[in-house]
Amino acid sequence: MSNELTVRVNGRQVSISVGATVAAAMMIAGQPCRTSVTGEPRGPLCGMGICYECRAVVNGIPHSRTCQMLCEPEMDIRSDE
Amino acid sequence: MNSYSQERFDVLVVGAGPAGIAAAVCAAESGARVGIVDDNFAPGGQIWRGELATHSDSTESSRWYGRLKNVEIKALHGNRVFHQPEPGVLLAESVAGLSELKYRNLVLATGARERFLPFPGWTLPNVMGAGGLQALVKSGLPIRGKRVVVAGTGPLLLAVASYLRKHGAEIPLICEQAPWSKLVRFGLALTRFPQKIGQGLRLRQDISGIPFSAGSWPVAANGKNALQEVTISRAGKQQTIHCDYLACGFHLVPNSELPALLGCKTCNGSVQVNELQETTVEGIFCAGEPTGIGGVELALVEGQIAGLSAAKRNSEAQVLFSRREKYRRFARMMDETFCLRPELKKLASADTLVCRCEDVSYARLQEHCSWRGAKLHTRCGMGSCQGRICGPATQFLFKWNPDSVRPPVFPARVESLIGPPAEQSIPVVTGGHQ
Repeated sequence: MSNELTVRVNGRQVSISVGATVAAAMMIAGQPCRTSVTGEPRGPLCGMGICYECRAVVNGIPHSRTCQMLCEPEMDIRSDE
Repeated sequence: MNSYSQERFDVLVVGAGPAGIAAAVCAAESGARVGIVDDNFAPGGQIWRGELATHSDSTESSRWYGRLKNVEIKALHGNRVFHQPEPGVLLAESVAGLSELKYRNLVLATGARERFLPFPGWTLPNVMGAGGLQALVKSGLPIRGKRVVVAGTGPLLLAVASYLRKHGAEIPLICEQAPWSKLVRFGLALTRFPQKIGQGLRLRQDISGIPFSAGSWPVAANGKNALQEVTISRAGKQQTIHCDYLACGFHLVPNSELPALLGCKTCNGSVQVNELQETTVEGIFCAGEPTGIGGVELALVEGQIAGLSAAKRNSEAQVLFSRREKYRRFARMMDETFCLRPELKKLASADTLVCRCEDVSYARLQEHCSWRGAKLHTRCGMGSCQGRICGPATQFLFKWNPDSVRPPVFPARVESLIGPPAEQSIPVVTGGHQ
């Protein structure tokens, strides 16, 4: 069994180890998780599901807290606009 | 989401960090029917995150995981408690659905979060909490070869620097805001805590060779779309360091929102408890960081006392009181050592954002004289985190005290707020919601 799986972050394929979170995949891809209300790019801050800075669109569901969510094969991950 | 479940417990524990595990284990070993509910996908909380997978038998965490495995406890991971519709009932939400958790006694072990202070550039991607970056690395973020400046205050900085370096990061500097005089006093006082001496010496070895600066703090983070360099204040001079990440946290603050929602009295943000760890609400106990930041040893002993008390084993709980007192002394020392210096109140410039959810600047907050006024006029603290990040910051910057807590204590889906179907026989309608 492979220890890696593939997800798509903003359309780009990213290989990541099994057990990694969606937030980690977004950081590896160098993509912001969300855009703030005044248009700033934002990435994870607290790493424990409290700050909501890492929320993104995961398999079409917006506002998903990516640091509390494990990557699954072929997951579609997009920055929250 | 459409599943719905109901559970009933003698003792329900919220939070599966060290305090929650200890409480659940002690209550279950006493014969109580115990449930433990936690937002993360594995037990351990933040401090033991990822340690379940390491299979080492010698650590404190593995001893507790061992005890946890040997008792019957209903564990609900990936579940977040957001509301108490009536006394004795909590609602928790997961990706899959809603759980209604009924309890006779409750132990709140909701842990702590990092305190963040605003400074120019702190909202850039890759400026993260110290514990925040460590959590991400434990969750699959490769750190080998990356340059990480570790800054802020508290013992966590050293633990994080040590962890990151072990995993291949280069640490050009650790900036601790506390002055050397306090750190030396803290170090000398550690000799009164045998367990801490060993930890301290190991940590000292782990971080040997990493430049460490006391009385030093970040003043600005710079970069275009993500962090590229950080400017720090060190011995009265400013110095700029290129780095990939800034891991920056100013010690910890208790997660006391759920206890406050349930009516438990708090004082300076910490949940008030009696000697049995019972809060001001009968049958609701609290253990670990929410009662005051004290570290893992205090959390474990408080958790055991709370679990035993909740299972009506008061005499067994009493045996642990002296050990708790010892670690409370350590907690008071930590408070004194890592209290924030006034210079940190001047880090934010007029346009520095303080509330990251609603993008409210320091200048806009300066126009107000209370947390409530700022909330009403600027939306500060009214975004998704519900003031968990900007609240402790404004408390330090402006001495504002937070308002009462209102449900839901975390953002929840509309379906969860509506609650369970009125009649269990009514089929759940799928579709029509996203």
